[in-house]
Amino acid sequence: MIYTLLIAPFAEFEFMRRALVGIFALSLGAGPIGVFLMLRRMSLIGDAMAHAILPGAAIGYLVSGLSLGAMTIGGLLAGFMVAVLAGIVTRTTRLAEDASLAGFYLISLALGVIIISMKGSNVDLLHVLFGTVLALDNQTLVLLAGISSISLLTLATVYRPLVMECVDPGFLRSVSRAGAPTHILFLGLVVLNLVAGFHALGTLMAVGMMMLPAITAHFWTRDITSMIIIATVIALIGGIIGLVLSYHLGSPSGPSIILTLGTIYILSMIFGRSNGYIWRLLPQKHLHG
Amino acid sequence: MGSNAMNTTLDTTLNALKFNNLTLGYDRHPAVHHLQGEIPKGTLLAIIGPNGAGKSTLLKSIMGTLSPLSGDINYCGQKQKNIAYLPQLADIDLKFPISVYDLVSMGCWRKSGLFGGLSTLLKDKITDAINSVGLNGFENRPIGTLSGGQMQRALFARLLLQDASLILLDEPFTAIDTKTVDDLINLIHHWNHEGRTVLAVLHDMAIVEQHFPQTLLLAREMIAWGKTHDTLQPHNLLRARQMVEAFDRHAQVCEQVI
Repeated sequence: MIYTLLIAPFAEFEFMRRALVGIFALSLGAGPIGVFLMLRRMSLIGDAMAHAILPGAAIGYLVSGLSLGAMTIGGLLAGFMVAVLAGIVTRTTRLAEDASLAGFYLISLALGVIIISMKGSNVDLLHVLFGTVLALDNQTLVLLAGISSISLLTLATVYRPLVMECVDPGFLRSVSRAGAPTHILFLGLVVLNLVAGFHALGTLMAVGMMMLPAITAHFWTRDITSMIIIATVIALIGGIIGLVLSYHLGSPSGPSIILTLGTIYILSMIFGRSNGYIWRLLPQKHLHG
Repeated sequence: MGSNAMNTTLDTTLNALKFNNLTLGYDRHPAVHHLQGEIPKGTLLAIIGPNGAGKSTLLKSIMGTLSPLSGDINYCGQKQKNIAYLPQLADIDLKFPISVYDLVSMGCWRKSGLFGGLSTLLKDKITDAINSVGLNGFENRPIGTLSGGQMQRALFARLLLQDASLILLDEPFTAIDTKTVDDLINLIHHWNHEGRTVLAVLHDMAIVEQHFPQTLLLAREMIAWGKTHDTLQPHNLLRARQMVEAFDRHAQVCEQVI
């Protein structure tokens, strides 16, 4: 029973095993990054960046068709460009970061849609928007694994300034100049992981893999280290369940994964040990001191 | 950070800071006008004045986050990293899931650096700092659960660890109970005995008279600067109250020369 439900799809079909590896790589990178995005109140920035990547991937597609390399490089360039431009505008004008980012990502998105609709067919647009987790080839898997490795190593390196920049940016500014470079580096990681997610889940769903596990983890712990671990594990579990569901139900894989994560999120909101609704409604006697 | 404000000319006297005809402000409107003077090392200086007198602006410019409109600050060979600063409203994210211990340990930044671990020695120092502000037992509490006074104690513990030779405090005792104020003032005296220079923006005249030997009375322009008793003369305070004029949208270009 459990075998046919959970193990058989992976044992029998190689494309499912590949999808599993891809989801594993994605979870490792997207989990921690989502936690930091959430804690920095940048939960929607990921969404904006995902849209910003679109024209780059589209231009890559125009230049060399459905090629992994071209679309990846195009997406990365577009994402970095929007991140850096927004960063410069934020630091040199009075505009807040979300406002300047909104400006650039909208321009970028419109450009992307125009490029795709002028040259590509609707099928290609669907590919870019919704990804193909069930058709990951070797190249793509290596790319996903590479991106998650780079993300984890970079996060480990800049962990301290990153946390300081979140908790007390004024203090970090007073003792070091690491603040701005750390921020840019972090946005770079966001772009990198969105590009990874975009191959597997598509530009729109990639953000879900990042944000849903993070906001779910918030209902289970109040400590940042365990929050990162929980988010990563939830991303992985949701990914596997979503894959299995899409296999048995024949539903599209990307949205199935995101919906599974969404379900876990709502359940955590109710049952989560840290501030879940149930625990707040249960009468608990206060402590002596 | 404001490299034009950083005058690294070595000062052979024992000064911690020197203001040379310093004018600070926002959008060309001065908040501190033609400030001139020097602060010897080891000074315990209170900066007082009405709201809008330019006190916080002065501290910000010493920190290098605000470039002077004209004039400059001579740091007398002191490096920027030897200056510690406690802002009036620290923009700390209280919802961030981090413990008191971790917040205080940020003060070790200069020694541990970007990547270094915390040595046993540093860990002992962190524990000592937390104990000396009376927050023992609070180490693992999330920072969001602290009261205002406890948070201020934690920030003082972090200042302790920063081991700075010049310490700038912007209204450190606002909305803090007397017990906490007493404890924190003891720390300030302790720093002063160690030869550190402390500049504190204050509003409580009783604290100034009792604990701060030197006082600078600021009301956009310097009204008085010297021994606290001399500075706090009624005619000085009266002048300070009259000095802070309304924002003048059509202010003319200032031609004053010192």
